[in-house]
Amino acid sequence: MFLFKTYKKLNDTDIGYSFFNSKIAIISLGVFLIIFICSFLAEFVAPYDPFDPMNISLMDAFIPPVWSQGGDPNFLLGTDQQGRDMLSTMIFGSRISLIVGFSSILFAMFLGVFLGITSGYIGGRYEIIVMRLTDVQLTIPSILMALLVDGIARAIISKSMHYDMAIYVLIFAIGISEWPQFARVTRASTLVEKNKEYVSAAKIIGFSNLYIMFKHILPNILRPVLVIATIGLALAIITESTLSFLGVGVPPTTPSLGTLIRFGNNFLFSGEWWITFFPAIFLVILALSINLLGDWMRDALNPKLKKR
Amino acid sequence: MFYYFLKRLFQSVLVMLIVAFVSFSLFNFVGDPVNNMVGQEASDERREEIRDKLGINEPIYIQFFSFVENITQGNFGISYQLKRPVSQLISERMPATLELVFVSALIAILTGVFLGVYTGINRDSFISKIILVISLAGVSLPTFIIGIMLIYFFSVILGVLPSFGRGEVINFGFWSTGFLTLSGLKALILPSITLSLFQMTYVIRLVRAEMMEILQTDYVKFAKARGIKEKTINYKHALKNGLIPVITITGINIGTLIAFSIITETVFQWPGMGSLFINAVYFVDIPIMSAYMIMVAFIFVMINFIVDITYYFIDPRIRLKEDSN
Repeated sequence: MFLFKTYKKLNDTDIGYSFFNSKIAIISLGVFLIIFICSFLAEFVAPYDPFDPMNISLMDAFIPPVWSQGGDPNFLLGTDQQGRDMLSTMIFGSRISLIVGFSSILFAMFLGVFLGITSGYIGGRYEIIVMRLTDVQLTIPSILMALLVDGIARAIISKSMHYDMAIYVLIFAIGISEWPQFARVTRASTLVEKNKEYVSAAKIIGFSNLYIMFKHILPNILRPVLVIATIGLALAIITESTLSFLGVGVPPTTPSLGTLIRFGNNFLFSGEWWITFFPAIFLVILALSINLLGDWMRDALNPKLKKR
Repeated sequence: MFYYFLKRLFQSVLVMLIVAFVSFSLFNFVGDPVNNMVGQEASDERREEIRDKLGINEPIYIQFFSFVENITQGNFGISYQLKRPVSQLISERMPATLELVFVSALIAILTGVFLGVYTGINRDSFISKIILVISLAGVSLPTFIIGIMLIYFFSVILGVLPSFGRGEVINFGFWSTGFLTLSGLKALILPSITLSLFQMTYVIRLVRAEMMEILQTDYVKFAKARGIKEKTINYKHALKNGLIPVITITGINIGTLIAFSIITETVFQWPGMGSLFINAVYFVDIPIMSAYMIMVAFIFVMINFIVDITYYFIDPRIRLKEDSN
C-alpha cells in the first residue's frame, strides 16, 4: 500500500511520470541498482573472496565458464590465471570502479559548482579567469588531463608511497579533468538566477552573499548539474578503467574492472577469452546503464523538450 | 579583423607559456637533476660544477627563459630511461601517430556527418533509431574494449588482419609511411577503426542535433511555406548551416584523437608517440613526459587557433559581433 502511494505521488510529478513511462529509464536504473548493491555487498554476494589466499588454488586456474567444455559448476564464469573465480573478482572489481567513479565525480562537482556559482555571482576579473581556465581545459580531452595529472603525481610521490596513494591520485586526476563542465553550466544558470526577484529580495533583507549563493541560488540550478553528474559518472568510470587498463590506475593488488581486462588481455591469443571478455561486458553494461539514465534525465529535465 | 586575430594569438601564446611553465617546474622541482647525472660518490665540488654548467644557480626566471629557448630550438633534453635525446625519439614516432590520427579523423568525420545528416532529417525512421542506439552504445564502449574485441574477432578468430605493429614501412627521409605497402595498410585498418568509432558517435549526435535545430528555424519554415521542395530545403539551405559546427568538431576531433591514440597504440602496440608517453608515465621519465605535454599542447593550440580563424571567415555572425566590439 505504501509503495503504491509513493508510486502514485511520484507519477504525479513531471519527472516521475516521464520515468514510469520510459522503459529504458526503468530498466537501466534497475540494472545500475543491481550492480551498485551487489558491489557494495560484495562480501556477502560474491561466491568467493578472491583476495583471500585460502580460497585460491593455482590448480583451478584457467577453468572456462560452466557452459563450455571443461567448465566447473563451482565457477560460474570460469577462473582467471591465478585460479580466482571470475564472477567474484568482477563484483569486487566493480566496487573499486564505482568508488573511484563516484568520488571523482563528487570532487569535480564540488569544485565545478563552487567556481561556477561564485564566478557567475561575483563576476568581474575573477569570472574571466575562471572561464578562461575552463576554456583551456575543455580543449584538452579528459583522459589526457587525467593521464598528465597521474604522471605528475607519480613523479612527485615516491615509489614506496605510490601504491597506498594510487587510488586518491586517481580520484584527484579524474575529478580535476571533469570540473569545467560543472563550472560552465552553473555559471550560466547563476547569471540567469541572480537577476531574479527572489535574489534581490534576499539582498534587501541583508543576507550575506555566500548565504544567497548556496542557500537560494544553488537549489534552483541543481537540475542541469544532476544531468552532468550522471553522464559524468559514466565517463569517470570509463576513464578509471582506461587508466587501469593502461597500467597507471589502481594498483594490481586491488584490481578494478580495467585492471582485470588488462590482465585478461594477455590470454586472448591463447584462447582464454573469458578472462578479458566478462569484465569488459560488465563494464560496458555498467557504463551503458548510467549513460541511458543520463540521457533520459536530460530529456526529462529539459523544459524545451516537453511533449506538446 | 586584425584585433580578433591578435586576441586569439595572444591567448594561444599565453596557454603555451603556462604549459611550458608547468613542464619547467616538473623538471626543476621533482627530484634533483644533478643526482640523475652524477653518481652517488660525486664530490660536492663536482656537483657544484655541474650545477653551474646546468645553470641551476641562476635565478628562476633566467632558467625559465633558457628552458623556453631550448624548446623553441627543439631541444627537450635526454630521456632518463632510454638515454637518447627526446626530440629524436619523438620525431621517430610522430609519423606513426599522425598517420593513424589522419585516417581515423577521415573515417570519423565522413561517416559521422553522413549518418548525422541522415538521422537529423529522417528523425523517426527505423534506420535512424538503430543508428542512434548503436551510437549511444558506442559512447559507453571504452576505446580499449573496442580494440580488444576487434582483435579477438579479426585476428584471433578469423585471422585475417594483424593485431599489432605497423607492418612494413617505407622511409622518406625522416618520415616513415605505412601507406604504400599492403601490410602497412592492413595493419592500419583495425587501429584506425578503433580510434574513430568513439569520435564518430560524437559527430553523429552533434550533427543530428544541429540539423534538427535548424529544421525548426523560421527560415526553414518560411521556405516550406513558400513551397520549396523538401530536398532543396534539407540539402541546400539547412545543410549549409548544419555543417558549420563540423569545423569545430573536426578541430576538437583531431586533438581528441591524438589523446585517445595513447590507448589505441597501447592495445595494438602501435609504435607511435602515445606508447612512448605511456611508458614515460610508467617509468617517471620526466623529459619525455614534459616534451609530450608541450607537443600536444602546441598541436591543440594550433588547431584551436586555426578553427577560430576559419570561423571568422565562414560565419558572418561572428564577424559582425567581433568587429562591432
